[in-house]
Order: sequence, then structure tokens, then C-alpha cells
Amino acid sequence: MQPDLGAVRLTLELATVVTVLLLFIGTPIAWWLARTRSRLKSFIGAMVALPLVLPPTVLGFYLLLLMGPNGPIGNITQSLGLGILPFTFSGLVVASTLYSMPFVVQPLQNAFEAIGERPLEVAATLRAPPLDTFFSVALPLAKPGFITAAILGFAHTVGEFGVVLMIGGNIPDRTRVVSVEIYNHVEALEYAQAHWLAGGMLAFSFLVLFALYSFNPNRK
Amino acid sequence: MKRALLSLLLLGATFSTASADEVQVAVAANFTAPMQKIAADFEKDTGHKAVLAFGATGQFYAQIRNGAPFEILLSADDKTPAKLEKEGLGVQGSSFTYAIGKLVLWSAKPGFVDSEGKVLGSGNFQHIALANPKVAPYGAAAIEALTKLGLYPALEPKVVQGENIAQTYQFIATGNADLGFVALSQIVKDGKGSSWIVPANLYPVIRQDAVILAPGKDKPAAQALMAYLKGDKAKAVIRSYGYDL
Repeated sequence: MQPDLGAVRLTLELATVVTVLLLFIGTPIAWWLARTRSRLKSFIGAMVALPLVLPPTVLGFYLLLLMGPNGPIGNITQSLGLGILPFTFSGLVVASTLYSMPFVVQPLQNAFEAIGERPLEVAATLRAPPLDTFFSVALPLAKPGFITAAILGFAHTVGEFGVVLMIGGNIPDRTRVVSVEIYNHVEALEYAQAHWLAGGMLAFSFLVLFALYSFNPNRK
Repeated sequence: MKRALLSLLLLGATFSTASADEVQVAVAANFTAPMQKIAADFEKDTGHKAVLAFGATGQFYAQIRNGAPFEILLSADDKTPAKLEKEGLGVQGSSFTYAIGKLVLWSAKPGFVDSEGKVLGSGNFQHIALANPKVAPYGAAAIEALTKLGLYPALEPKVVQGENIAQTYQFIATGNADLGFVALSQIVKDGKGSSWIVPANLYPVIRQDAVILAPGKDKPAAQALMAYLKGDKAKAVIRSYGYDL
């Protein structure tokens, strides 16, 4: 059972790091998408949403090439003395951040859009500077959106499989997350261990969604 | 009228697939390239079509146990076919050794792997790739060799696992892993990079057996493919990929 606990811990660590990162990266992107009238809006919106429709294998394949020793990202990380990202925890963080991006940005964007212009204009007439408006008006009003985004981002990262399989290298305690460990167990006919993890994932996923729906009963 | 024509067409399609004799073959990933060649020859020479699926032997075993419709397994070991025969999932007495595999240490970088494999001891690399030893016999052989060399404990933190020998090859070919253990058959043809053929005394013989599975029991195409694999033409292909026979 010991290695499985390692996989569980690793998965939770990964999901936590990715969720925090995504809230920081996703908030400005979502804010911009919600407010901008720029022509670039559709372009950036489509870029962010891509992982929703792409097979994880596409992302895994390109990341492997881009982050590899001959890829542009690989060149940068190597010249910074970081080595290459595939087969490392950081590599999984990068991949998961991209992969879970729409699950965080879209709820945030919806929340920001739902605020509308009015509260922001009122704040402006009260001479609140834009940053102040953002932090004391927009953020509190968008709180449900943040909770939804965090839960979805976390849950989706926990549930990730294909990308990790392609760039992870199945290393205990570093890249062997729960979904990969389940796959290993099933392929090796270790059904008892697979049941523990798979059943756990099922319960976890249901609870997350249940929490999400109970939390948002008033949003139609 | 249109509908009648369409159903006639569909009927025709069903019949033609039923009469064209196909055999579903699960092929250990290390045997991918030679088997593609052999299957093409087989179709030309006999008219039967071999439909190939590639993967790790252990994965196939799990799938066969759970009712996968494969009719022949070309395993990367001899244990799996023996087990399948004993469990009644393989046809008694049908298995035979179609190739003896060779393990090779390979890097995509020229000059990286020396002719005696000393690079392993130097530890002068970030990642060393091998196939998941639980399901891939070549992965198990790699661990065995490293253990015999007394290097496994030191190298273990650098090991990355491919799901099967093909993904392992891909990790190394893209340079993401500096070097790793693959099957000689995977690298023998294009000769890129640098390699060391692991001495046979460092790992148990990789006897690769073929077996007819229960769904292929009375199928002429399955029998034909097994016979074809034993023939000189197939043997020449198998040898050309660096296997012993």
C-alpha cells in the first residue's frame, strides 16, 4: 500500500500547486476576456478553451517535443540550468496548468461578466482607482466564480491521465499520479489495489461535484 | 428504392468481410517493425489478412483475460503464452518460439553509449528509460541486467518508465531520456545514435513465443499465420531485425 499513498500525496500536491497557479494566471486572463472589446478576444478565448476539445495525447505529444532537449522550451530551461521538464514534477505542473486552464478561466470569466458595467461605473464615480475597484468590488462579487473555478481546476487536475502518461515516465513519488497508478494496477491485473484507488477517485469526484452543485443552487 | 439499394450494399459489405479471412493478432511492441513486414508478405502470399495490435505483453495478457478478441499473441516472453495455455485461454500445444530477443542500451546521441556500456557506471546522465517491468519483458530484463551489474540502486532515481518498449524508444529518440534499454530490433535498421548490445549473460534469455488464443482455435487464417511464421521467408525477416532463432 505504501507506493499508492505516495501517488495520492503526489496527486494532491500537484492539484494544489496547479490550482493556486491557475487562480493567479487565470484571473487577469478572465478579467481581460470579460471586459475587453479587442478583436483578440476570440483568439485568446479559443486558445484558452483548446484543452477542452483536444485529446490529451495532442497536448502530451507537443509538450514532449517542445519541452524536450531539442525543443524551444527545453532550450530555455536547459540554458537556465533547470534541465528538461519531462519526467519531472515541474513538467507535470506546466502540463496540468495548460490542460486545466479553461476549467478555471471560464467560470471566472462568467463571474466577471455577470457583474456587469454598473457596479464598476458606480465605483468609478466614487473615485475609486481601477485596482481598488477590482479588489474591493469585482473580486467580492465574483467570489462564487472563484470557488467554482478552484474546485473545477483542482478536480480536473486530479483526474488528468493522458498528458501525464505521455510526459511523466511513471516515476514513483515524482510523476506517478493516482490515475497512472490505477492504469498500472489494471494492466498488471492487480485489481485489489486498483479498486482502492479507483473507488477512491469515484467517491472523490462525486463529492466534489456534489459540493459544487449544492454550493451553487441559486445560479441557474 | 434507395433504401433497398443501401441495405443491399450493406449486406454485401457484411458478406465480404465475413468471407475475407482475417486474423486478429496481438503483437509485443518490440516486434512491431518485423511483424508489419511479415504481415504484408503473408497477405500477398496467402490472401489472409493479419490485423495487428501493438502493446506490452502484460497489457495484452490482462486484456485477453478479460475477453479481448485476439486470435494470436506474439508475446515478448515465453511465460505468458505458457500461462495462457494452462488457463485454457490459449490453445494447448500451439505455442512455439518465433524469435529470441536481444536487449540493447541505446542513446539517440552518437558516441554517448560506448561499446562496453561503461556510460552506465559513469552516471553521467539525467534520465535512463526502460519499459515498465511489470508488463514488459524487456523492461524486466533491463532491471535484471542493471542489478547484475550492481548499478540498479544507484541508477534507480534516474529511471523513467515507458508504458511499453515503443514508448521507451520514443522517450530516448526525442532525447528526453539520454539513454535507455530497448530491443535491438527497434534500432538495428536505421543505426542512428550509439548503442551497446547487452551481453546475454546479464539477463535471462528473452524467448518470444507465439500462441493461438481460444477465439482463433479453429480458424484457418490463424493456423496459416503460425505456419507462415515458421517459414523461411518470415525467419529471414526476423533475423534481419537482429533476433536469434
